[in-house]
Amino acid sequence: MNAESNAIPGSPIESQVIAPAVMPAARPMYWSVRRELWENRSIYIAPLAVAAVFLFGFLISTIHLPGKMRAASALDPMRQHELIAQPYLIASGLMMLTTLVVGVFYCLDALYGERRDRSILFWKSLPVSDLTTVLSKAITPVVILPLVTFAITVVMQWIMLLVSTAVLLGSGLSVTTLWAHGSLFQTWLMLLYHLLTVHGLWYAPIYGWLLLVSAWARRVPFLWAGLPLLAIGVVEKIAFNTTHFGTMLANRMIGGGGGGDFMTGSLSMDPLMHFTPGEFLISPGLWIGLAVAAAFLAAAVRLRRSQGPI
Amino acid sequence: MACIEARGLRKAYDTTVALGGVDLRVEEGRILGLVGPNGAGKTTALNAILGLTPYQGELNVLGRDPWSERDQLMRDVCFIADVAVLPRWIRVSQALDYVAGVHPRFDRAKAEGFLAKTTIRRSSKVRELSKGMVTQLHLALVMAIDAKLLVLDEPTLGLDILYRKQFYDSLLNDYFDRNRTIVVATHQVEEIQNVLTDVMFIDRGRIVFDRSMEEVESRYVEVVVHPEKAAAARALQPMHERQVLGRSILLFDRVDGQQLAALGDVRTPSIADLFVAVMENQACRAQGVAR
Repeated sequence: MNAESNAIPGSPIESQVIAPAVMPAARPMYWSVRRELWENRSIYIAPLAVAAVFLFGFLISTIHLPGKMRAASALDPMRQHELIAQPYLIASGLMMLTTLVVGVFYCLDALYGERRDRSILFWKSLPVSDLTTVLSKAITPVVILPLVTFAITVVMQWIMLLVSTAVLLGSGLSVTTLWAHGSLFQTWLMLLYHLLTVHGLWYAPIYGWLLLVSAWARRVPFLWAGLPLLAIGVVEKIAFNTTHFGTMLANRMIGGGGGGDFMTGSLSMDPLMHFTPGEFLISPGLWIGLAVAAAFLAAAVRLRRSQGPI
Repeated sequence: MACIEARGLRKAYDTTVALGGVDLRVEEGRILGLVGPNGAGKTTALNAILGLTPYQGELNVLGRDPWSERDQLMRDVCFIADVAVLPRWIRVSQALDYVAGVHPRFDRAKAEGFLAKTTIRRSSKVRELSKGMVTQLHLALVMAIDAKLLVLDEPTLGLDILYRKQFYDSLLNDYFDRNRTIVVATHQVEEIQNVLTDVMFIDRGRIVFDRSMEEVESRYVEVVVHPEKAAAARALQPMHERQVLGRSILLFDRVDGQQLAALGDVRTPSIADLFVAVMENQACRAQGVAR
């Protein structure tokens, strides 16, 4: 095949013959994911904005910090820990909520926006398979977004700790209690664990469903993503007077498998109590969810193949 | 080897038949113009060739089945499906990065060279560019890809005459050589007439005319008939007749040139005139069948 194109003037022969062979399979995937980050800057702007707003509020709240620390010193260690760790936990929870919201909106637009603005015709003119494209759009909310959030949260909590330290030192108080109970390292470990297990694995079917809807819907993907689920729940309630479907969805949304209680705040008692990766990995809910996610993504690939601009 | 080969290519949407058994063969190194009225099936045919739509029948593009091997095929095929399909959010530099990242046959230096001849800035976003500039950018990306087949579907729709002329000039001067094949579908036939080596008319999902330009020039003759010789001219069975400023212009297929020169002023018909003639004959035939 290549021999025919050797006569093209101004093009080095070697590059034509060798080029197709040296293109590693991972390259289209790498560039597709980068492309997603170019297009969807909300992936890092939204967490950054939330972090900035939270930090602003936290800075103002440090006015009361010396008084709070004095009061804390009178409490028993358990209550003391709770009081000191609280803002850090709120910060983590807020950031994870942001991640979920950004992920949902990202997925709903991922395969819908390219059809609406007709750019799908440009993307399809390049040697990138539909599988690569859909996978790159699944990797973004499942892997990239949680890691971005994690990095931003770590920096944010560092700033919180440093500011607190500065304020306490400025008012002549000891920082040992703060550093002892801030336990940032533990919080980060939990956060990373939570992000990888819950956002990466447990939420996978949610993101898969949203991607499927965005590949299929010709308009208002947001409604199509929600209304069928609502309808199933309502029909089940009317027909059988049960709420299994709704319970299942709720269970999926608020966690379930591993570290899911993080957001509800019960974690503050003892973070490592929920750190049970073994239990999480053998829970059937996880594997059923992943299988469902794979089925949704396979359907999205098929749809993208035959869909054109709308 | 044929670049594109189709046998019995069919495609039907819910109730309408977009392609009703098309046979076509495009040899390597040709520039084919695909001309047809709106809804004739041009875009459907091109979409099938590009692997954008499933079809029935046999279709082979550069030795591949487009529907099942689109991503592989796109290493050797480029297309500009429409004006303004470049994503509006992308920066010029990002578009270059991305295509260079995913396309093994993209020559970035070449694309930069084409862009240097324009006023497009690397840091601009597509949404900030004019329609003409977006087309220039898309063309620069496509021409820097060492592809065997380039498919253009109305590539200059809505552009002003300067950009349109420039578009086809750069395509011919900087891109085309005998190893490449170009297929252009357009309404603006007059503009590409001099560019083409072959022309195909498509009507209601069928190819109704398929000739090389040499054939067109040697076979078809248009005569501006002297009024007193109109009857004699009509006796030679013209394929079409039209009136312009009170004079009859008759179009003949394979009629002796000497004979026609005696009847009036002889000239080669434009593709547009030929198209009108073929389409009207098609319409008459269709009515005849209906009756």
